Amino acid sequence: MQAYEYIDAKTVSETVALLDEKGDKARLLAGGTDIIVQAREGRRTLDWMIDIKSIPEVNELAYDSDTGLTLGAAVPCYQIYAADAICETYPGLVDATKIIGGTAIQGRAAVGGNLCNASPAADCIPPLIVLNATCIIAGPNGEREISVEDFCTGPGQTVLAKGEMLVSIKIPAPQKNSSSYYLRFIPRNEMDIAVVGAGASVVLDDAKQRIVSARIALGAVAPTPLFAEEASALLAGKEISDAVIDEAAQAAQVIARPISDMRGTAEQRTHLVGVLTRRALNGALQRVRDAA
Amino acid sequence: MVRKSHIQTTINDEAVEFLCEPRQSLLEVLRDELHLTGAKEGCNNGNCGACSVILDGRLVNSCLVLGVETEGKSVETIEGLAEPDKLHPIQDAFLENAALQCGICTPGFIMSAKALLDNNPNPTEHEIRYWLAGNLCRCTGYDKIVRAVLDAAAAT
Repeated sequence: MQAYEYIDAKTVSETVALLDEKGDKARLLAGGTDIIVQAREGRRTLDWMIDIKSIPEVNELAYDSDTGLTLGAAVPCYQIYAADAICETYPGLVDATKIIGGTAIQGRAAVGGNLCNASPAADCIPPLIVLNATCIIAGPNGEREISVEDFCTGPGQTVLAKGEMLVSIKIPAPQKNSSSYYLRFIPRNEMDIAVVGAGASVVLDDAKQRIVSARIALGAVAPTPLFAEEASALLAGKEISDAVIDEAAQAAQVIARPISDMRGTAEQRTHLVGVLTRRALNGALQRVRDAA
Repeated sequence: MVRKSHIQTTINDEAVEFLCEPRQSLLEVLRDELHLTGAKEGCNNGNCGACSVILDGRLVNSCLVLGVETEGKSVETIEGLAEPDKLHPIQDAFLENAALQCGICTPGFIMSAKALLDNNPNPTEHEIRYWLAGNLCRCTGYDKIVRAVLDAAAAT
């Protein structure tokens, strides 16, 4: 068991300065459901554990119907699904926060932490991608903003450079006649890691017959979660039909580059991409139809 | 050698102070420093729920919380449930329903059930099963545990 120092950071600037000084040997602690285990099992070596939960910006959870959602990096999952406005507006993200771990994990684990841990199978990342979410990153040279689909660079790897931290996630206000959906395949009902995950968002016309635009994202089929750009683009402007959804699902299968491991074979995962993409799209479409 | 931190917290409504290394989990602090051995170490990585406690009203795995994080917070453990001459209704319901065999998982299940009933006094069987999904039991097959929680909800 490695020993480390604990710092209860109070500001973003203090944290950035610490990260800049200590580099890889400092790690941030939000919910701790990944980093505490990684440190204990020696999968990450660190000398400094910097708790960010006393920093106001990382605890922010604010929704405005004009500007959208600001989701602080340390806000735990349960606060997402406890917020009625978020459940109504971003149901795809809520789907993910309800299935990450069990109750005790959801009481601590943060969406921002799920993103920074950068697991290819992270449940929160596909819904964030389909919701056009962006990452607000603070660093020694100030603040920058990048799309969630560009944030992960490999398993456990992100674009965060030395001295940088994720402060918050921004999700734009939803467009009219839009909704989102996320689901995953696991061999049991709960408490498992995605074999494949798929998220979708759709914007429909006023008659709810035609797709104005759509976004599809996939988890656990590549070294990072994937934005299925071509599959998404070919839905734009199309009348809703099973054929069009099948076409998008097939296009999503083309970009999947899964591995075979203990959770499933590459062949099964590619098959699942098709099934789950169809279900995610149909789930999002149904939510738009069900909305008043 | 990392210096120990002096932590002041509240455990089962009593002010408690302890010294711990930053790497020590709340579970290690409870068991090794404070000798509250009700919370159990099963997997030590957040899968089994045997170490479940309630931290500021929220169910957590104490193996995934650092002891130093509890400064100024409130912790509820299984030791705080019973009164001197009377078990907590959830404990009674576990006994009445024979909802335990080896007993290792039981403190975690009871704390998890308490957090559920504090939050939702009349859960459905479906809600109970999902809420308790983070607690593993290898003896009972869960049905008796679920019935015990339903009975405890009815009794309170």
